[in-house]
Amino acid sequence: MNTMPRSPLFTAVSRTCAAIAGGYAFAATAAALLALCLPLPRADAVVTATLLSFALYAAAALRAFAAPSAWRAWAELLLPALAMALAARGLA
Amino acid sequence: MTGSFRQRMASLHTWAGLLVCWLLLLMFTSGTASYFRDEINLWMKPELHGAAMRPASATQAGIAAVQVLQQRAAQAKHWFITLPTARTPYSRATWSGPDGKLHTALIDPATGAELPAARDTHAGAFLSRLHFDLHYVPPQTGRWIAGLCAMVLLVSLVSGVIIHRRIFRDFFTFRPGKGARSWQDAHNAAGVFALPFHLMITYTGLVTLMFMVMPSAGQAVYKDDKGALLSEIHPSVGKPAKAAGVPAPLAPIGPVLDQAQRHWHGRAAGTIGIANPNDVNARISVTRAAGGDLSNKQPAMQFDGASGALLATKGDDASAAQGTTVPATKGGGVGTGMAQGSAVPASSADTTSMALATHGVLYGLHIARFAEPLLRWLFFISGLAGTAMVATGALLWAAKRQRQSGAGARLVHGLNIGCIAGLPIAYGAYFWANRLLPLELAQRADREVAVFFAAWGAALLLAQWRPGRAMWRWQLACGALLLGGLPVLNAVTTSTHALAVITRHAAPLSVAAFDMTVLALGASLAVAAARLGRQPKRTPETLAPLSAMREVSK
Repeated sequence: MNTMPRSPLFTAVSRTCAAIAGGYAFAATAAALLALCLPLPRADAVVTATLLSFALYAAAALRAFAAPSAWRAWAELLLPALAMALAARGLA
Repeated sequence: MTGSFRQRMASLHTWAGLLVCWLLLLMFTSGTASYFRDEINLWMKPELHGAAMRPASATQAGIAAVQVLQQRAAQAKHWFITLPTARTPYSRATWSGPDGKLHTALIDPATGAELPAARDTHAGAFLSRLHFDLHYVPPQTGRWIAGLCAMVLLVSLVSGVIIHRRIFRDFFTFRPGKGARSWQDAHNAAGVFALPFHLMITYTGLVTLMFMVMPSAGQAVYKDDKGALLSEIHPSVGKPAKAAGVPAPLAPIGPVLDQAQRHWHGRAAGTIGIANPNDVNARISVTRAAGGDLSNKQPAMQFDGASGALLATKGDDASAAQGTTVPATKGGGVGTGMAQGSAVPASSADTTSMALATHGVLYGLHIARFAEPLLRWLFFISGLAGTAMVATGALLWAAKRQRQSGAGARLVHGLNIGCIAGLPIAYGAYFWANRLLPLELAQRADREVAVFFAAWGAALLLAQWRPGRAMWRWQLACGALLLGGLPVLNAVTTSTHALAVITRHAAPLSVAAFDMTVLALGASLAVAAARLGRQPKRTPETLAPLSAMREVSK
């Protein structure tokens, strides 16, 4: 999808940003959606979702470095985040 | 980026670790010291050592504190009392003065007398705040940075486990004197030895900050009503009451504390809050002392301050709650029409739900109030292992690049010296300043903190100026002298030192324990400095230069 040669540093920085920012977006939207979906009293749902969010964040950050390319890393984190954000908006 | 999954995880581990290792050293050391925050508080306030020799019951201490508050602040709107524990042997009474400022008095629980003001020091609170506030940045910023560091550490721990093929066998492997190979073995050992602790302390550290760094779930459910979220997670006991302006004598606190202790099956109260004291609408809230269980959330009881009657309970253990009847639990609080969170679901009112209990336990695990001496020491040693894991990781990075002589490698070498050998100097200097700064110095507590950062800053700068073996030795020796000299300093400047504990039982045991601990830490630094001096300069390890940047980028 990208024929332009990229410098090593650019790719490393891109993956790092994907891990930190993309991973956060993924974890934050997942936590919001989870809190809205869980069949628990609202305080319990929020606490459960927020407690789990850091495990999701860690998994997302690892995925950003395991993905075949930096572009894939961004796509695999931001597209689900976007979908979850829309779903959460619909539910809220 | 090509290469196997494991190789990619290795480069992630290497670079993520390098990014945060020096800040993590600060967080690990100050956080580890915070396990003994109460003991450090006592050591740094020798004026209070006397009170530590006269233990008293919670009820006795509560009666004494209320007596002092009646004399000092009978008209205050709110009183707050922290009762003594085995680790903090005095009561603390706080009230808001007519000017709105908070005032505090320390009370000897046995004699009931107000203790003379101790020297002005932030003591252990500085160290525990340092490990998540980072002191010189605004607290919010500091916590975001600390949260990011914790997240990077979590990712580093998981990726470290992934790349560690022979996690069990390697644990028993140590090849000393072999440069990078030895640091690798030490890094593995320190990481694996306390891996459950490292994972626990990192995740629970994030949990303590979670509503700040991960607010999305709360925002999605509560919209802008952050107050409702917090009051449902930390429900207050009973309903607040407004002062009626009709004076009424405060009910005696002794029977109230005894009743609470019976209700909690013998576990004593930890804090007492009294709203509108000496008013007909006075309310006494008693919260159980932490320590008998993992959670940081403790049950509480509310009493009518005029009659001493029980009004409400909160957060009882499921078993305890069944056997107790609370008269008129939600009973007509006076003037509570505006009580916030009127839509609070019943689930979180009386007994704690699973989710909130889990949150409480995770939070409680991090601050470890429950840990009795043995477990506390195990946590402390695990914290030191965490420090060693970060330090050996940083040294390993440098050892693998020994033959590189760029500005980057030089910077890393200098930072390693300034943080690994320099931080003990900063801690030592902080404790020396506590004993040596004149007592009447203005803003003395802040000056002590300034000494900490001045010492650390000097160590960091000197290390950048000449990052080499001599600087390692010099800084390690300096830290050894400062920490190892503390027992002597304590003996010279106070009468309640380790010798007084051992020979005459005339000082609290925890003071002697502090003296012995810093002596041991100083001794190990001295051993490190001596070993560095003895070994001849090694030939650089012949390791293929790890072209990790290239690896990342493929």
